[in-house]
Amino acid sequence: MRIPCPTCGPRDLREFTYIGDALRSAPALEADADTWAAYVYTRRNPRGEHLEYWQHSHGCRQFLRVRRDTATHVIHAAACVGPHATEDEA
Amino acid sequence: MGRYSIFAVAAGALGGNRGWRPAWRKAVPKPSYEVVIVGGGGHGLATAHYLAREHGITDVAVVEKGWIGSGNVGRNTTIVRSNYMLDRTVPFYEASLKLWEGLSHDLNFNVMFSSRGVINLAHTPAQMDIFTRRANSMMLNGIAAEMLDVAGLRRRVPLLDVSPAARFPVVGAIHQARGGTARHDAVAWGYARAADSRGVDIIENCEVTGFLREGDRITGVRTTRGDIRARKTAVAVAGSTSQVMALAGIDDLPIESHVLQAFVSEGMKPALDVVVTFGAGHLYISQSDKGGLVFGGDIDGYNSYAQRGNLPIVEDVASAALAMFPAFSRVRLLRTWGGLMDMTMDGQPIITTGPLPGLYLNCGWCYEGFKATPASGFTFAWTIAKDEPHPLNAPFRLDRFRQGRVLDEKGRGPYPGHH
Ligand SMILES: Cc1cc2nc3c(=O)[nH]c(=O)nc-3n(C[C@H](O)[C@H](O)[C@H](O)COP(=O)(O)OP(=O)(O)OC[C@H]3O[C@@H](n4cnc5c(N)ncnc54)[C@H](O)[C@@H]3O)c2cc1C
Ligand SMILES: [Zn+2]
Repeated sequence: MRIPCPTCGPRDLREFTYIGDALRSAPALEADADTWAAYVYTRRNPRGEHLEYWQHSHGCRQFLRVRRDTATHVIHAAACVGPHATEDEA
Repeated sequence: MGRYSIFAVAAGALGGNRGWRPAWRKAVPKPSYEVVIVGGGGHGLATAHYLAREHGITDVAVVEKGWIGSGNVGRNTTIVRSNYMLDRTVPFYEASLKLWEGLSHDLNFNVMFSSRGVINLAHTPAQMDIFTRRANSMMLNGIAAEMLDVAGLRRRVPLLDVSPAARFPVVGAIHQARGGTARHDAVAWGYARAADSRGVDIIENCEVTGFLREGDRITGVRTTRGDIRARKTAVAVAGSTSQVMALAGIDDLPIESHVLQAFVSEGMKPALDVVVTFGAGHLYISQSDKGGLVFGGDIDGYNSYAQRGNLPIVEDVASAALAMFPAFSRVRLLRTWGGLMDMTMDGQPIITTGPLPGLYLNCGWCYEGFKATPASGFTFAWTIAKDEPHPLNAPFRLDRFRQGRVLDEKGRGPYPGHH
């Protein structure tokens, strides 16, 4: 698998660290226990397209949001997130 | 169905081995059953066997989308052990180990269970302390455990590099002599044959594509071979759990599907008569009766339904194996493959009634599912028959995450990679 890093170009899988599911977002601190439990523990876990975070830890160290197919490993899009965010077609 | 025995083998030989029958019937789905089990892996088949044997419930179908043994039950590295630590997990795995010890007789099928011992290496004094604590916890639960020092390891595993010059010098190990390996295919076939002989229908090439429901209640399954009604529908589909449960509208399980790879080398003369695991990384290795080294390591680490992995893990396991056994550097890899792992957020399974009326769920097997097969089938059958958990699986409820009663053996927090 090769991930197209927006700053470094397509790079080998082993330069990246998987962070996980990007479909979830952290609830407000005062949200109730059910909302927090759902955020911490549950996953949609789709077969097919999946939005996920990776870090280019052995490259530019940017955090990326990647749209990848979990059945074929085809990567449809990758964008930087955070202060150096790039155009997000993901 | 004839019993297998030395006399049957002799009679078969005298008859030119032309009289052997298939081990189970090719069943055609009936319109309805008392219990339909979705998934013909180890757990689904074991559940059918114990439903029939322990509870007299024989109006049962096991519905499998591929062929028996095509899932993880036929893809795993076959390690069986009960060296866990928590009071709520140890009894379950120990009950499973006890069932393993009698399984070939129970099933009248040689599952080749071999109590060759499982050795977990420690590479730091702190790791030794943790293993000692685990051994104490096991002994408090009535399970024998033994700590090995370097001299003991050198005697028990002569090819292991225990020298101070090793890449990660070994300081000792925890040893469970009753642990070992079994033949994975035989487990699937043995349970299938035993269940079939009591009247269970094993229906292969039959994929569940939806659920029948009346209001909230699940009343059967839609399949590629027609609808099948059931008073009770039990799901045991391992890595496909999220997909199958989504068909029932449940899309918030504490599970991610990941790929785990396995590796087998060319056959060699006997060199390793015990299971050894690496403590400075993740690797487990044994030698099969055919002579191949069987080993594996971590899941690849990203969500995957591909049943095939990527090269970094190949390099990772090879380097760990050689750090332990430099003598294996010339051994050639013969085959590798991947399986679809249902990883929970605390590393322990879910065996429960629900989450909808008429439905029963068995999933979340992580790295533990093969060793757990007998106890999983035993307790899931109980849960289905009696509509309540057996004491052994009572901790494996679905709402334990919401309640903060997670079964996190190593205190590592919520992530889908516990082992
Ligand atoms: C490489 C590898 C190594 C492992 N090593 C070990 C080990 O050393 N020790 C250990 O204890 N565990 C190990 N495990 C884990 C263990 O193999 C699994 O946890 C266990 O086999 C899962 O339960 P099962 O046997 O029922 O799963 P499976 O055999 O995967 O059964 C699930 C079945 O459900 C079927 N199915 C899926 N969807 C549908 C549908 N819609 N309709 C009908 N049927 C469907 C699948 O085809 C499959 O046959 C390993 C796993 C892998 C992949
Ligand atoms: Zn980069």
